[in-house]
Amino acid sequence: MIRVVLPQHLRRLADVGREVQLEVEGAATQRSVLDALETRYPVLRGTIRDPATKKRRDLIRFFACEEDLSNEEPDSPLPEEVARGDEPLLIVGAMAGG
Amino acid sequence: MSGVRVLVGTRKGAFVLTSDGKREKWQVDGPHFAGWEVYHVKGSPADPDRLYASQNTAWFGQLIQRSDDGGRTWTPVGKDFVYASETGTHLWYDGTPHPWEFARVWHLEPSPSDPDTVYAGVEDAALFKTEDGGNTWSELPALRTHPSAGNWMPGAGGMCLHTIILDRDGSGRMIAAISAAGTFRSDDGGASWRPINNGLVSEQIPDPRAEVGHCVHHIAAHPLRPDVLFMQKHWDVMRSDDGGESWTEVSGNLPSDFGFPIDVHAHEPETIYVVPIKSDSEHYPPDGKLRVYRSRSGGNDWEPLTEGLPQANCYVNVLRDAMCIDSLDPCGVYFGTTGGQVYASANAGDSWAPIVRDLPAVLSVEVQTLP
Repeated sequence: MIRVVLPQHLRRLADVGREVQLEVEGAATQRSVLDALETRYPVLRGTIRDPATKKRRDLIRFFACEEDLSNEEPDSPLPEEVARGDEPLLIVGAMAGG
Repeated sequence: MSGVRVLVGTRKGAFVLTSDGKREKWQVDGPHFAGWEVYHVKGSPADPDRLYASQNTAWFGQLIQRSDDGGRTWTPVGKDFVYASETGTHLWYDGTPHPWEFARVWHLEPSPSDPDTVYAGVEDAALFKTEDGGNTWSELPALRTHPSAGNWMPGAGGMCLHTIILDRDGSGRMIAAISAAGTFRSDDGGASWRPINNGLVSEQIPDPRAEVGHCVHHIAAHPLRPDVLFMQKHWDVMRSDDGGESWTEVSGNLPSDFGFPIDVHAHEPETIYVVPIKSDSEHYPPDGKLRVYRSRSGGNDWEPLTEGLPQANCYVNVLRDAMCIDSLDPCGVYFGTTGGQVYASANAGDSWAPIVRDLPAVLSVEVQTLP
């Protein structure tokens, strides 16, 4: 089970708590986790990555295990701690004020 | 007793303000979509309980929300605004080509007759339509692909399609306005478009009388006189008596002819309202006095409306979609400011009072007159 922590705006939009847990088919990657997230919560499609190109939105960051994974390849494996469910993947709105 | 519902979009959410026909006591409901920019909220003329809202942030992109109960509850609907054909370039602020990119929905214009049909004006400028209550959106691409589009450029807020005026008699006529391209007219339901900017003069472009390139801020028309259009341009208040074929300036004795909103009295088609702003670099009222100006002669001769509005130290702006008029008698006039006030006049502008004073910056104000 993969753990994902969403930013507050997206929690409210998807009507979920701080953390959601997802079953992911195959290897745990950014792409497979986001695919599973959007399948379970279709309202989130387009809010984290472009719905057509799947490119991460400019003001979204991905953190895990105190590392910035934002610019990792979408199909790169996530850290083992995330794949095991010991650590969450943090989806974060960039600290850009507003 | 009839009443009104005022729909307010702000930088940090939407608010629904309701009152009875006296328009003295108000119920304030919100924020809806807290923390998101809400550029526009508008109700269907065919079903007053059907509302649509444009919700956006730079972080999480575009959403459209729909309410079927007058704004008490909302449901996210379709948000895929995909240009129908290959996008080219428009001009950037420095005159260089810039790729066409979707940013947000500025304006939602529900059909007068069908609650499920809505037109959306977006940035970068294009016109979209839904016929299924917002679940799916399709572009009417003839406007974006007009031969002049490569020479359009953004205004300070972006290259937005912000004004959509629909015909009420099934003629297929539509008016759309884009900053900074100008005004366009379709006579076939959006299948084809032509610029209608003859008479506009804009010193900020190389040819002040060019066919396109004008920063039109807003256009209003009385529903019973679709050939008479009133425009607040970047500078200049204009009118057309021939459906936009030609325009004449009617700024007259305004203290400044720069501004954003313009609207028409519900029962007097020659009575119009503007809010003069000092200049394009000083987006606040002249002399720190918030004054709505009313002309009862369709322009040129204007009177300031000040009772109940701050007449000292006021430095707010009133944005293009942030003024509206109900159809009670006397009609109510409403506007919102970037300082978070929403003012209402229940007597056609003679006097004003704030409904709320401390909302986030107001982006849009619409009103529904309820049975």
